[in-house]
Amino acid sequence: MPSDKKKHRPVLVQVETPNLIPERDLGSIPVLQAEHLGIDFGGLTAVDDFNIAMGRTEISGLIGPNGAGKTTIFNLLTNVYKPTRGTVLIDGYDTAGKSVADVNRMGIARTFQNIRLFSKMTVEQNVLVGFGNTMKTHLITDMLRLPGHWKQEAEFHDRALELLDIFDMRTYADTLAGNLPYGAQRRLEILRALATGPKVLLLDEPAAGMNPAETEELMENIQKIRDEFQIAILLIEHDMSLVMGVCEVVGVLDYGKIIAKGTPEQIQNDPRVIEAYLGKQEVK
Amino acid sequence: MDIFLSQVLNGLQLGSIYALVALGYTMVYGIILLLNFAHGDIIMVGAYVSWLVMAQLGLNPIIAILLSVVACTLVGVLIDKVAYAPLRNAPRLSILITAIGVSYFLENGAQLVFGADPKVVPAFTDVSTIKLGDIALSFPAVVTVLVTVVATIALTLLVQKSKLGKAMRAVSEDMGAARLMGINVNSTISFTFAVGSALAGIGAVLYAMAYTQASPTMGMMLGTKAFVAAVLGGIGSIPGAVVGGLIVGFAEMIVTWLGLSVWKDAVVFLLLIIVLIVKPTGIFGKTMSEKV
Amino acid sequence: MEEELMNKKRPIISTGGRGPAAGEKKRLPMAARYAINAVLVLVVLVIGELMIDGGAITRYQSTVLEQVGVYIILAVSLNIATGYLGQLPLGHAGFMSVGAYGCAIFVMRMGDLLGVGMRDFTTGTPLSILIVIAGLVFGGLCAAIAGVIIGIPALRLKGDYLAIITLAFAEIIRVVMLNIDSVLGFTLTRGAKGLTGIPGYSSFLLVFGCVALVCFLIHTMMKSRHGRAILAIRDNEIAAEASGVNTTYYKTLAFVVSAFFAGVAGGLYAGCIGVLQPAYFGFMKSIEILVMVVLGGMGSMLGSALSATVLTILPEALRAFSEYRMIVYAVVLILVMIFRPQGLLGSYDFSLSRIIERVMNRDFPWKKKAESAAKEAAGEGVSADAER
Repeated sequence: MPSDKKKHRPVLVQVETPNLIPERDLGSIPVLQAEHLGIDFGGLTAVDDFNIAMGRTEISGLIGPNGAGKTTIFNLLTNVYKPTRGTVLIDGYDTAGKSVADVNRMGIARTFQNIRLFSKMTVEQNVLVGFGNTMKTHLITDMLRLPGHWKQEAEFHDRALELLDIFDMRTYADTLAGNLPYGAQRRLEILRALATGPKVLLLDEPAAGMNPAETEELMENIQKIRDEFQIAILLIEHDMSLVMGVCEVVGVLDYGKIIAKGTPEQIQNDPRVIEAYLGKQEVK
Repeated sequence: MDIFLSQVLNGLQLGSIYALVALGYTMVYGIILLLNFAHGDIIMVGAYVSWLVMAQLGLNPIIAILLSVVACTLVGVLIDKVAYAPLRNAPRLSILITAIGVSYFLENGAQLVFGADPKVVPAFTDVSTIKLGDIALSFPAVVTVLVTVVATIALTLLVQKSKLGKAMRAVSEDMGAARLMGINVNSTISFTFAVGSALAGIGAVLYAMAYTQASPTMGMMLGTKAFVAAVLGGIGSIPGAVVGGLIVGFAEMIVTWLGLSVWKDAVVFLLLIIVLIVKPTGIFGKTMSEKV
Repeated sequence: MEEELMNKKRPIISTGGRGPAAGEKKRLPMAARYAINAVLVLVVLVIGELMIDGGAITRYQSTVLEQVGVYIILAVSLNIATGYLGQLPLGHAGFMSVGAYGCAIFVMRMGDLLGVGMRDFTTGTPLSILIVIAGLVFGGLCAAIAGVIIGIPALRLKGDYLAIITLAFAEIIRVVMLNIDSVLGFTLTRGAKGLTGIPGYSSFLLVFGCVALVCFLIHTMMKSRHGRAILAIRDNEIAAEASGVNTTYYKTLAFVVSAFFAGVAGGLYAGCIGVLQPAYFGFMKSIEILVMVVLGGMGSMLGSALSATVLTILPEALRAFSEYRMIVYAVVLILVMIFRPQGLLGSYDFSLSRIIERVMNRDFPWKKKAESAAKEAAGEGVSADAER
């Protein structure tokens, strides 16, 4: 990658709109920012020159054909993969060299495309793991069951149940996560991510495997979460109704590169997007 | 010079035996991801068969060699059929514990049948040295090295070129897909056990030739070292097993030569630790990462 | 399904003051739960001690019982790393030996220093008891330090590689124990000749007091945020990391706590048999402990304790058939794994309070027989309780 590019301001905008951050968020620095992010696997460039700047309460979507590198971007943003180039800033802080857990503590939480729950733990325990870093008791306090332990467990028990209420999952609290119906598992993953107290929530195909009614509900819930927690949400999704319905900004990824970026309307009419999905007529 | 050469040959000899046994570990691990704890004890079976045939029945060494290899092969396949095959879909730890059980069984069975005292295996041949110009080389050592070279080449050809070898590689890559492609997974696994155990049988004969002993627990340390060799080289890799075996053999030879033989086990294990820390899957191991 | 789940609704801990809300199940207050279990432990200890004093348990039998206790601690401590953390360390005997030597040498030196004789340790004068307790903690700390040194490089590896590297470390510990004296030039472990003259400080009360304490501490650790982080790593390491769990820290923690208790068990073992040789702590000892954990059911403390008991008593009981006993042992091992690969108890754990609560709520298993379809979920519920 040519070094002179580093001097440029990150190119946030590739479509017509000059700045995609919603007006309400312009007062503060972007909560999530990536500049020239890229990774090579062997000789293969999986993601190249990915740029993003998200407002504090923005909901954005990332779409693109299978294998375009969407999940890889999530893995780069959360440091699961170490970027070959580029930087990620969470709330202005560089994530370079941080562990995945540290990055989570810096304010980024995610769900996974193939659900990754703690399946042999109960629903409540799953959420409590997310609360883990907010809980402060010392190991000795816990092991000797000193008063601090009970106080904290009671407090977080209540907080966990309150969180479960968001998706009406309080009744499932004592069920093993692995025994939940599929949709509930996806919802629990979101709640567990929320329990870590993120500033940005990354959702990897949250509607996968859901029927239209469930997807509809999910859309409402995504907005509800944003409004209630005042966080930014970036989601990967194949379900266009969800993306177009809920996202304020949509980026289109093809072969590891952002080929278009804009509001849902702009994206829907962008010839490059149509080409990426359906192929170019003249060439093939 | 003479001493140096014979030490190198000693290292090669020991390393070759480790390599042959390590190949068995590597093959079984490669195909069903099992640390076959009983593999070392198969060598013990081979050594006892050699002893039985030569010392008890007084038969020709050639017959002893053949019978040892055949016995090891049969025992290996039998163990798989009886103890491991029912557990193909069980948690891996259960199979590991079963392997430990089989190892206990073989060791204690041998102790019950043959007693705890080591048996002396007669010499396979009267020739003890061969002359190469001025230098006298230990005959068993030369044979061991040559046999190992031939066996490794044969094994590599088998795995790379033959139809069964292709089936083995396919099963180790993806058992489910191999089954869908019409490969008989169970017989492929049996075949792998057979080949690995046959190599252990050859190793047993070579071991008996070098150290002239058979005892119920001989497989334990030998097996552990060979296993270390397999991991050192990168478990699942044929050249890895050979290189690993030679490294372990030479390391032991050097430590013994320095007069520190009480530390030789520690050195071997330390070597393993260092290799694993630097390259977590061994020298020739493939790095596998979970897809997120 | 949903209705079934509704029925099972109840808070994870009952906060003493709050009465059960309408429709909720009656719960034992936490204090009562602990009181019941403490009383139970005391009763067992007192009965055991009375039987030994009264001669109902012979000296030989009580020695076997002490060994049972030692193996229970070993098994439940290994279970932290195996059942809860989901790793497969094969070097538990290494930690045990570090603790055994550490504790034995500490007790012997302190005994000399403070003028506490061998007999005082057997009869249990206050000073000797203090020394022994300090010695056990010292042994545990030595093992824990070994756990840190081994854990940090080992835990970077996964699965079988972790098993092998811990095996390698344990073997190195054994060789070091064997040769350290000749290298350093003073008497510490006395190498292959063995460390003799260790006071027989382990008694039924001490051993089973430690068993109860260790089980309690492991239980409370696992039912706290620390334990949940460890379980989360077992269930899905990547998700745990993404949920902010510092996996390196918690893996090391589990490993070190496991090593610490193994060290304590080693210290008790030393006082139990009076002689230590590095050969006792070979690779086979680690395997033996692992077998107890897997046979009992991974992640089940009761399972570990039960199989440790059976597997320690069984060989003793089969002494008359000593030639066949190891073969029987091997065959049992293979058969159990073939017919019950998840271990005898799976992940079920016993809880007296849960049984009492069931009685309080008149919620008996046989009541539910009609709902055979929902039975499956109920069964899962039990193990969910066990996890807690």
